[in-house]
Amino acid sequence: MSASPSRASELETLSVEAAGLRVTESAWQRVRKNWSVRIGGAALALLLLIAVSAPWLGTVDPTLFDAASRDLVPGQRGEITTLDGEIIKHKFWFGSDSYGRDIYSRVMYGARVSLTVAVLAALLSLAFGIVCGLSAGYLRWLDGILMRFMDGLMAIPAILIAIALVAMWRGSLPTVIIAIAIPEIPRVTRLVRSLVLSIREEPYVEAAVALGTPTWKIMFGHILPNTIAPLVVQGTYICAAAILVEAILSFLGVGLPPDIPTWGNIMAEGRPQFNQYPHNIFIPGVFLAITVLAVNILGDGLRDTLDPKMAKRV
Amino acid sequence: MLNFIARRILATVPVLAIVAVLVFLLLRLTPGDPAAILAGDAASADQIARIRISLGLDQPIIVQFGIWIGHLVTGDLGESFYYKIQVADLIAQRLEPTLSLATLTILFSVLVSVPLGVIAAWRFGGWFDRALMGFSVMGFSIPVFVLAYILIWIVSLKLGWLPVQGYKRVADGFWPYLQHLILPSITLSVIFIALIARVTRASVLESLGEDYIRTARAKGLRESQVLIRHALANAAVPIVTVIGIGIALLIGGVVVTESVYAIPGLGRLTVDAVLARDFPTIQGVILFFSLVYVGVNLLVDLSYVFLDPRIRY
Repeated sequence: MSASPSRASELETLSVEAAGLRVTESAWQRVRKNWSVRIGGAALALLLLIAVSAPWLGTVDPTLFDAASRDLVPGQRGEITTLDGEIIKHKFWFGSDSYGRDIYSRVMYGARVSLTVAVLAALLSLAFGIVCGLSAGYLRWLDGILMRFMDGLMAIPAILIAIALVAMWRGSLPTVIIAIAIPEIPRVTRLVRSLVLSIREEPYVEAAVALGTPTWKIMFGHILPNTIAPLVVQGTYICAAAILVEAILSFLGVGLPPDIPTWGNIMAEGRPQFNQYPHNIFIPGVFLAITVLAVNILGDGLRDTLDPKMAKRV
Repeated sequence: MLNFIARRILATVPVLAIVAVLVFLLLRLTPGDPAAILAGDAASADQIARIRISLGLDQPIIVQFGIWIGHLVTGDLGESFYYKIQVADLIAQRLEPTLSLATLTILFSVLVSVPLGVIAAWRFGGWFDRALMGFSVMGFSIPVFVLAYILIWIVSLKLGWLPVQGYKRVADGFWPYLQHLILPSITLSVIFIALIARVTRASVLESLGEDYIRTARAKGLRESQVLIRHALANAAVPIVTVIGIGIALLIGGVVVTESVYAIPGLGRLTVDAVLARDFPTIQGVILFFSLVYVGVNLLVDLSYVFLDPRIRY
């Protein structure tokens, strides 16, 4: 392997740093001009809008059982009896499941779960990863033991950790989020640690040490701000992984309880009737795939604009 | 060389030890009496008491861990209270389908993705390259079970070419065996192809910029020779590395794929064990999969010596 691409990116970083104050401004401008960021961001904004405004999108209660409107195909009209005994006319855009619940409503509300899990799992694993990575990179005595622990955690496939944790804690929103975040911590830790190891040799850190700045202040005030760009990129990819894992957990029947409308749960309920009513699986599946795709495209765009070193590697 | 191999094998010991600690802690972090959890909901007080003694649950936690490790190294993973047999035997019974599925998937993925990656690098920036990169992002984004159902719907239900679900052992004839594995393997391959093709492209692209490629072209080698003998051969290490790392992805995929296609392998066993809260089996399966993952990555590391003669340890 040659040293030339890495040297080129080092030069690039140097020139960016030499530009001084304009760095943040130009990075933000580059992000906004990037088409991957625009497309991925727009799709996600739309999904966020769906999630927030789910009650006003012509939906009914997504957990409402209605024996009279079971197994409807998409587009069919019917009536729903609410818990108060009120009968409302409703068009089942996406059909209904075997309990007579409106799949359109369940899919719209399902966006809430997916996006909540994605954001919270990413923030949680980033927070723990940052603390562990800073500690491992800056406190030499902790490095060996902490990183061996992370190696061990990484040796267990992520889905298995998540499944096992949810199995013992039983599925609820907080346990699912924690179970998804834990296997992502080692990757964040490794990233932060490697960034810290290179940043701590920079002259401004040496200067801070020489001035007697306390260690925690160097870690959070001088080193952490310089790890933000790669962490934003990593965080985006964690969001994508979290959405997928949450859907897998629900789909396998070990995630959130079946009455909570999540895309994975809708698909799990559609499994026995897949032959006759494939839309029960395909419609939430399409939403799931588009959401993950949007996050991944956004992540690629951010990587290309914020983190040129990483962009060259992949 | 032998020294390197020995050192590399020894380096896996702490990783496996940490995995063992984590799997051990998994049960202790569960609210409730570990003996009662291990024995299952239907156990009698007598059975629970027996498990408590055999695991030394009345002793300090360090001693408990020692006893547990002692059982582990002799291959004793405990008894599944759901299947009523030793977990080690259970894993052995379920190994064939999973091993077949994984092998077929890796073979298929490598055969497809490496040529695709090489061509994309060769025609860098062209339509093929952009199409492959687009496919790669989609491959990472489409959930494996959604893909599974799309394939079942088109290939099995609409066209009727392949069976919908199920598994046939090799002993029942090779064609039925393969027939039942084709769709699951393709399903699992997509994300793997996306991953390997991406890395192959990046790695070949880097080696194509080297001086020896110009030399090879200058001396009049055919382009195919330049690409395979010079560019790809020098790009092998990252490709093999990503296959090793990808095993984790494959294991995750196996859990889902076996569940959708009703294949009675280890992935299916994992889900069934979790649904039944069969803790001895959950622990055993996690340990087994982690051991496989660490083992494969050990082999990958050792293969560097043969793939790249410049690497000397």
